[in-house]
Amino acid sequence: MNLHEYQARALLKAAGIPVPDGDVATTPNDAEAIAARLGGRVAVKAQVHAGGRGKAGGVKLAESPGEARAHAEAILGMQIKGLTVQKVLVVPAAAIETESYVGVIVDRVSQCPLVMVSPAGGVDIEEVAAKTPEKIFRRVVDPRYGLLPYEAMALGFRLYDDVRLVRQAAGIMRQLYVAFLQAGASLAEINPLVTTPEGEVVALDAKIGVDDNELARRPAIANLRDLSAEDPHEVEAREAGLSYIKLDGNVGCCVNGAGLAMATMDLVKYYGGDPANFLDIGGSSNPQKVVTALRIITSDPSVKSILFNIFGGITRCDDVANGIVEATRQVDLDRPMVIRLTGTNEEAAVRILEDAGFSALTDMDEAVERAVALAGEAA
Amino acid sequence: MSIFIDRDTRLVVQGITGRDGAFHTKQMLEYGTSVVAGVTPGKGGQRFDQRVPVFNTVADAVEETGANTSVIYVPAQFAADAVYEAADAGVDLIVCITEGVPVLDMTRVMPFLREANVRLIGPNCPGVISPGRAKVGIIPGRICREGSIGVVSRSGTLTYEIIHQLSRHEYGQSTCVGIGGDPIIGTNFTDCLAAFEADEMTSAIVMIGEIGGTDEQEAAKFVREHVSKPVVGFIAGQTAPPGRRMGHAGAIISGSSGTAAEKIAAFEAAGISVMRRPADVVPLLQERT
Repeated sequence: MNLHEYQARALLKAAGIPVPDGDVATTPNDAEAIAARLGGRVAVKAQVHAGGRGKAGGVKLAESPGEARAHAEAILGMQIKGLTVQKVLVVPAAAIETESYVGVIVDRVSQCPLVMVSPAGGVDIEEVAAKTPEKIFRRVVDPRYGLLPYEAMALGFRLYDDVRLVRQAAGIMRQLYVAFLQAGASLAEINPLVTTPEGEVVALDAKIGVDDNELARRPAIANLRDLSAEDPHEVEAREAGLSYIKLDGNVGCCVNGAGLAMATMDLVKYYGGDPANFLDIGGSSNPQKVVTALRIITSDPSVKSILFNIFGGITRCDDVANGIVEATRQVDLDRPMVIRLTGTNEEAAVRILEDAGFSALTDMDEAVERAVALAGEAA
Repeated sequence: MSIFIDRDTRLVVQGITGRDGAFHTKQMLEYGTSVVAGVTPGKGGQRFDQRVPVFNTVADAVEETGANTSVIYVPAQFAADAVYEAADAGVDLIVCITEGVPVLDMTRVMPFLREANVRLIGPNCPGVISPGRAKVGIIPGRICREGSIGVVSRSGTLTYEIIHQLSRHEYGQSTCVGIGGDPIIGTNFTDCLAAFEADEMTSAIVMIGEIGGTDEQEAAKFVREHVSKPVVGFIAGQTAPPGRRMGHAGAIISGSSGTAAEKIAAFEAAGISVMRRPADVVPLLQERT
């Protein structure tokens, strides 16, 4: 789960990191009031879970409260990568001397948290990593001891020469590490970390991604989830225990297991089709999940054919078959469906489907090929 | 021989009285695995299915039954503690089936296991099966058959699909290992490749990877330098968009690292025959063996 910038800022502030004043607004009126309270030049920033919001016109500078209001009017309701902007953050546009990057991630190779810094801040860090990797400095943290002061200082000297700035940055890194742990994050970054003409080090923008597996034991973080900022079908899927991602094609896929779901999408492509979605119904046997899955798939108008690919292990094929039959009673099925089932209780599943007037295949290639052909005919 | 488990595996099931633990313990017993003990705190002294003694702690189970391998079916929030407990009790191998273990828990578990010198498979994995010998985890026994192909995979049902293809065409398996789809796992591709290379029973290896991370690229390097047996590979997620998590916590492409194209290129450069789809596994093995 990704947090909004304003939420991440609040967590950093609570950890003791210097963050400029500012507030979040849902109306142009509020944005104007915040700008008036802050005084001077402000930035109005779209709060949306999509990269490249600056390029999309979602970040604007305003010289006056009136201008802040006008920008908020334009930005609120704007679509950025298919998501509607519901909130803007209004912050002072501070004078900046330098821009750096600091971040904490979980590193798969060392299997430890890793602190990463770069004096080339203010731009996409993956771009820096690709173009000028020598400008990125890393330190693996032993999770049993945390980020030690000397380690943070060593990283600080990669950013600044002035020891007064280095000390501030080192303190911020250690606070960021603590905030990272407390949020159950997989990523916590400040980009840019800036220095002001007064010699202060300040976090100007913040990004925190939380490990979904942490949410059960961190209710305060889980409460930060902003459902209005997510695709409604993805929300519905998650609440039903499914994993769904909408894609651009026209073959709707319903599969058990993430690896098999990806392989099914790949096979759709292999046979010249295009998958409309990734959908993993997970490992449990619950007909209701299948009902929800089918409802989500059929609500996508670009879907021209529907493909079930189930390899029964923990998932029982008869449960999925019952779910399909139940779903077709609840959902008006106006598009062709191809069902492939094999594994646990396959015979019972085939009987259930045949009694309801459906046929089932057992071969994955045959099923995918047929679903692609049907989508092609309908398109 | 097989890798990691064999006829001498003496298994303790952590979470044996839970819904999943109970169901799969029955399946493992039916398959012929020596399930010698179960653990559920507060249920010590009971018997599972009238035959397997249940203990309050893993230490008790190991002391009383000589268990040398543990399999974990406890809920995600207790899984890391279950791993620590098993390692501390002195088993040699821990297989953690549990899905949804926080990654930060795993950052602390791994140094503990290295110091205790215990192998972990998983978490969030289907486990290990050596057809005809033992099954630890949830891989359906009836899709497997005895033979000489070593299978290692990050997925669950996709692994079953490929085992199914192999068995249907009379390519039996020496051992199938599901290493799990999480960002931090106890046993990676390279560990399994090294074990298969050393295993006399294994004549060829099938490696099933997916998008995210660089474990497959490391594995390819290892194949080039240290593996003499034929290797056939597959990468799932060729059509996955970047930046989106595809079910598995590990299956995310970020920036230029972890794409299917990159991994396929690494496989090809290492002399691994790459399947374009699961059904290619048998023809490619025929070419290579």
